[in-house]
Amino acid sequence: MKSVVLKYDGSFPGFLTCVFNAYEQKLEIAEIIPEGEDQKQLFSETLEVITEDFKVQRVLKSLKKKLSSNGFTRLYYSFLSEIPGIELKMYDMIRYVYSSQEKAELDYSHPSVLDISKAAKQVGREKHRMEAFIRFRLTKDDLYFAVIEPDFNVLPVITKHFKSRYADQRWLIYDLKRKLGIHYDLQKAEYVSMELPEDIGISGGNPDYFAEGEIYFQHLWKEYFDSTNIKSRVNMRLHIQHVPKRYWKYLSEKSPFA
Amino acid sequence: MDFDRIKEKLNILADAAKYDVSCSSSGSKRTNTKKGLGDSSGMGICHSYTQDGRCVSLLKILLTNHCIFDCAYCVTRKSNDIKRAAFKVQEVVDLTISFYRRNYIEGLFLSSGIFKSPDHTMERLIRVAKKLREEENFNGYIHLKSIPGASDELMREAGLYADRLSVNIEIPTKSGLKLLAPEKKHEDFMKPMEKVKNEIIQYKSESKLIKSTPKYAPAGQSTQMIVGATGESDRDIMYSSAFFYKNYNMKRVYYSGYVPISNDPRLPALGTQVPMMRENRLYQTDWLMRFYGYDVRELLNNDFQHLEMDIDPKLSYALRNRHLFPVDINKVDKQLLLRVPGIGLKSVNKILQARKFRKLNWEHLQKIGISMNRAKYFITCDAREKELKDVSSENLKQLIMQNSFSKYRKEFTQQLSLF
Repeated sequence: MKSVVLKYDGSFPGFLTCVFNAYEQKLEIAEIIPEGEDQKQLFSETLEVITEDFKVQRVLKSLKKKLSSNGFTRLYYSFLSEIPGIELKMYDMIRYVYSSQEKAELDYSHPSVLDISKAAKQVGREKHRMEAFIRFRLTKDDLYFAVIEPDFNVLPVITKHFKSRYADQRWLIYDLKRKLGIHYDLQKAEYVSMELPEDIGISGGNPDYFAEGEIYFQHLWKEYFDSTNIKSRVNMRLHIQHVPKRYWKYLSEKSPFA
Repeated sequence: MDFDRIKEKLNILADAAKYDVSCSSSGSKRTNTKKGLGDSSGMGICHSYTQDGRCVSLLKILLTNHCIFDCAYCVTRKSNDIKRAAFKVQEVVDLTISFYRRNYIEGLFLSSGIFKSPDHTMERLIRVAKKLREEENFNGYIHLKSIPGASDELMREAGLYADRLSVNIEIPTKSGLKLLAPEKKHEDFMKPMEKVKNEIIQYKSESKLIKSTPKYAPAGQSTQMIVGATGESDRDIMYSSAFFYKNYNMKRVYYSGYVPISNDPRLPALGTQVPMMRENRLYQTDWLMRFYGYDVRELLNNDFQHLEMDIDPKLSYALRNRHLFPVDINKVDKQLLLRVPGIGLKSVNKILQARKFRKLNWEHLQKIGISMNRAKYFITCDAREKELKDVSSENLKQLIMQNSFSKYRKEFTQQLSLF
């Protein structure tokens, strides 16, 4: 049998459609890649996969039968990692789970089960970090606004957290890397895409955009942060391990804003 | 808001509160139901970390650093010549809400120096919490410090608004307390603990019958002990902890390496190093008691009063109990698997799951993420080659230490460096 490369739209339903087609047509899969990415397999045939809802639902239903809810979450989180080639590993794990009787999702001695759980762990960690490191700034029109640039696509999985926590304030979290945000308007949270002004910045606050007093709270927070440090116990290695440098620019307590 | 004045107060009152180690914001059940602000239903979140590596999860401040007591170990003691300040109740409420809305914090940790009387102080702390809950509809985390000597009625009220209550025992032995805080009585610490424990028990039994019973300190109570200020042994410290866990249903005991803050002949001199390694070993021991099923007497006893600083307490235990090992990874029960050095809780669960599918060998174990350089001497698995087992415990310890890259290793190396 000749192996094929599946090209899909990059969405999770798109991936599930790939799984459906692979089983239905008994394909041997060499690669599963999102649109816009080049395939590595030179001599494989490429098939375009069009996302179809009934296929998505069928695969979802059967996956949820075969996987525990934790197992399904791990699979979904690993997808959000956007690690090149993760789709094939997911597919490999799905095949292993379908072909086994027992709860194979817990077989950590199987390579793709282990890889998926590692990717999911990385995504879970960044989800948690974003819930911690997001810093809202209050805009003039009473919106709590934050920008992020996470390594993984965690926006879909942090929405619930912020929605239940900040139910009584309007907020917007914008992922600069993926040019996509989530806006909560006191009723519902929805995806938005928009152009941001160049000088919106990461911390600090241009008085054209931000509420009076906003900058003071950032200063108070930085002040608080500095006062809690015990100098005779400084351990920068530990500090950086907890707060990786790539996140510093978003943290008002770390950034040298004016 | 007068920002400059608030800023000054915040500096003084955050600085004075920083020696309290507790920072946890987890374990409470307070969901945001009525579209209010905040939610503390899940696990806690560390929003930042100080340069000394500690988590910043709560706005941790004192209401005031005025104090009528003169405890030798405390920065806020009466005789210390420092700047004093006091927050107004409303100022603390506003700061908490503004920080929370910006996602800086999980909530508030409010402690205080004792001004006028214990009851007067406690009553102020409660007013802050009550305002946050009732006027601001705030469901974030609130940790209130129980003031030693506060009345039972106030302790009861405090628990209705706070997620956690704590009273710091500070000095692990009665004799030490007498020496360093002669005005305070051991009973003053125990009484509020007893009250809180009983209220929690009562709440739990009532809420089973009546769903609407108001929550009482849902995240339980904790305490803190200063380590290395008096001459107590590790055994003294951990036996105190075991006592608190057992008799007061304590959620957490914190250990705080003493940071010298004054030239008092009763205390280690200024400039004495903070016993961070010791603190770390005590936490590890605490973990072994709470999560790994060890009895405190297995870890410390009359023959073994001090933890080893150069190796972790689990390895230390295993080296003192070689007759239990090696264990077969593919057969041994969970309780003993938990005692293998280099295998943590999560790896234990992975091993238990994975071995249902096949016999595990060295490679599987490595990939699962166990620390082979320690574990390999205490286990057998599905493999031909055997690790050396007939070495003495002392030699084995040297061998493991030579092959480990602990960040503390340089402090314990016996070889002199050439440069």
